[in-house]
Amino acid sequence: MDSLLSRVGVWFFLALLAFMAMALGADQAYSVHMGIVCVAALLAMAASMNKFDFLTQRFAAIGGPALQSQYDDDPIRWGVIATMFWGIAGFTVGLIIALQLAFPLLNLNLEYTTFGRLRPLHTSAVIFAFGGNALIATSFYVVQRTCRARLAFPSLARFVFWGYQLFIVLAATGYIMGVTEAKEYAEPEWYVDIWLTVVWVSYLAVFVGTLVKRKEPHIYVANWFYLSFIITIAMLHLVNNLSMPVSIFGSKSYSAFAGVQDALTQWWYGHNAVGFFLTAGFLAMMYYFVPKQAERPVYSYRLSIVHFWSLIFLYIWAGPHHLHYTALPDWAQTLGMVFSIILWMPSWGGMINGLMTLNGAWDKIRTDPIIRMMVMALAFYGMSTFEGPMLSIKAVNSLSHYTDWTIGHVHSGALGWNGMITFACLYYLFPRLWGRSRMYSLRMINWHFWLSTLGIVFYASAMWVSGIMQGLMWREYGADGYLVYSFVETVAAMFPMYLIRAFGGLLYLSGALVMVYNVWMTVAGHLREEKPMTETPHNPEADRPYVAVPAE
Amino acid sequence: MTSKPEAGFSHKKLERNVTLLGLCALGAVAIGGIVEIAPLFWIDSTVEKVDGMRPYTPLELTGRNIYMREGCYVCHSQMIRPFKDEIERYGPYSLAAESMYDHPFQWGSKRTGPDLARVGGRYSDEWHRAHLKDPRSVVPESIMPPYAFLAEKPVKVGDMSGHLTALSRVGVPYTKEAIAAADADLVAQADPNADAAALKARYPKAQARDYDGNPAQVTEMDAVIAYLQMLGTLVDHQKAKAFEQPR
Repeated sequence: MDSLLSRVGVWFFLALLAFMAMALGADQAYSVHMGIVCVAALLAMAASMNKFDFLTQRFAAIGGPALQSQYDDDPIRWGVIATMFWGIAGFTVGLIIALQLAFPLLNLNLEYTTFGRLRPLHTSAVIFAFGGNALIATSFYVVQRTCRARLAFPSLARFVFWGYQLFIVLAATGYIMGVTEAKEYAEPEWYVDIWLTVVWVSYLAVFVGTLVKRKEPHIYVANWFYLSFIITIAMLHLVNNLSMPVSIFGSKSYSAFAGVQDALTQWWYGHNAVGFFLTAGFLAMMYYFVPKQAERPVYSYRLSIVHFWSLIFLYIWAGPHHLHYTALPDWAQTLGMVFSIILWMPSWGGMINGLMTLNGAWDKIRTDPIIRMMVMALAFYGMSTFEGPMLSIKAVNSLSHYTDWTIGHVHSGALGWNGMITFACLYYLFPRLWGRSRMYSLRMINWHFWLSTLGIVFYASAMWVSGIMQGLMWREYGADGYLVYSFVETVAAMFPMYLIRAFGGLLYLSGALVMVYNVWMTVAGHLREEKPMTETPHNPEADRPYVAVPAE
Repeated sequence: MTSKPEAGFSHKKLERNVTLLGLCALGAVAIGGIVEIAPLFWIDSTVEKVDGMRPYTPLELTGRNIYMREGCYVCHSQMIRPFKDEIERYGPYSLAAESMYDHPFQWGSKRTGPDLARVGGRYSDEWHRAHLKDPRSVVPESIMPPYAFLAEKPVKVGDMSGHLTALSRVGVPYTKEAIAAADADLVAQADPNADAAALKARYPKAQARDYDGNPAQVTEMDAVIAYLQMLGTLVDHQKAKAFEQPR
């Protein structure tokens, strides 16, 4: 009772602090944010009074006694739903900004809806909201199963989930109101960064606490990846976001670093947000869910050790390849390029370990659309981790940098690898978390697979063409020795490619909407009557001993 | 795997000990940053000194903050690479010193629009005004969003000293007088009737005039155009050439 009271007291105190900060706010956006924090703290207070189960009582479908298993799965059920929700939000904003580039009228002549403000909304929604929720939910699922232990600190785990959603809401509303540190993928301002730090340390505590509680002697390989992802993101986040607020009652702050140093710190962060958030964490998902779905053991234990240590050691060095031919010292650029090329090997180590896990189960690609998605995800992982080192070569980069080629590269990784593996894991999780025998419809998974794959093909090929075309047009000299194209001519030339890209994005979003329907029906408890995925009808003609016929 | 005890190191030690695994992982990921980034802070040649660099005036700083707020950096770079075509298109390649007071840097990563590192003085204030309000009125093929609202929004004067203080805390050499006079300097740079002598003494090469065509008010349009018009104008590149080392 005492601890309950003090918990309620802490939330009330926080709500009061936020309310005061709201009243004293130097700018409107800061006051809005503190208002949101105040409401969130009051909600948390109410939840503490209800001992955290208010949601599960309200919405029996999301949790509640009927679904309790021997593991602590409520935060995971919330997490997979949040992943879907933010995924749809992020893809939709992506489609909107893709269309804005083709039709600038869609900026709507409003300050809140310009490309410049919506683009960080899109990137953060897909990376941190969609990807982040997928990582937190799957890590909580995997660590319990592989340690044979329930989550350590259950209320802290719930705090991690809700605290992370608050971080997303603050970041997203901030972008729309123009609150930004203007460092790509690290845009949230200082107070949101502090909040994320609190949430992230709690996440580390829950994860490590569960590992400590484990009843298995060994820590499973997926957990190495999750652990290194959580630790590294903490390190990157803390260093890159060091900044000096103008006032504690205002949203504005100035980065602690300037110019060259700030640039390299930023891309050390930015590249490893890819390396650890979008690679190490998602490889952890692969290491649990691919073997489970394929019902085969991981291909090579030795390979997983070698590629784990080499991957995490090498990734950190690759940041400077984002700054080729800039004012960054040459030695740092070259170092970044060399390590980026070496990085190809551990990346493919992971891909090979994942794909070869299907040894003896390759036929499932035909019959199991979830396996099909996982294989496609790994194929895209392999492709973009080949493309990455190639683009990091200075000669190639001199053409590709500043163009859409980079955008295409990022999306073949994000849509192909991160998106597809997340969808596959969610298709694995939803029936299990809600106690259903399978997803509502396997054929709809197959539709989702093809819509996504085609979407990515349209997207990536359009960006390759527009990137290479624009890079070549910028450097084109005529026989008279002058530059042939003005800048705006290169912009106009990309219009058809931007249309194709938006079409690809539309296909990808449609696939995700098919998934939403499928998931909705699964959670609601329906099973679709449908033909099996493959049908090889019995052919009595062929069902006989083979008799060799001598040649005539 | 057999369970016989192995001589020397075995990965099993790491797999059975969370603390050891976590520390080794942290060690593995810390090395790259330490070797690559840390030296930039003490190797002198990272940022070679050039004449002419000075901190932003309060009005330019306000414009820069609006530039960041609107996410201009997602489509415009401020980093000219040392290639013939870029130098002919945008001007002399960017020097490290030119962003030494940029907290944060705004080099960018994508050129959906052209590089802006040396856009200062290339176009008239009138052109910038028309272009920011409706980009397609001056560049029909442009895909840039319109920023007409900048002309309607007055700049909030009153806390510029706080901004300069925060910047001086992270190493930008604003003097005490500059911090004290920050608000006055901001107004003086956009008001054609104000005496800008003190401002120009504190900030060499500062340009003072009414940028937005509305002398009654200092608007965000004033600030953004003031920022754009000073980009790349501080350093004399003919002089800087002497610092180049032949390769």
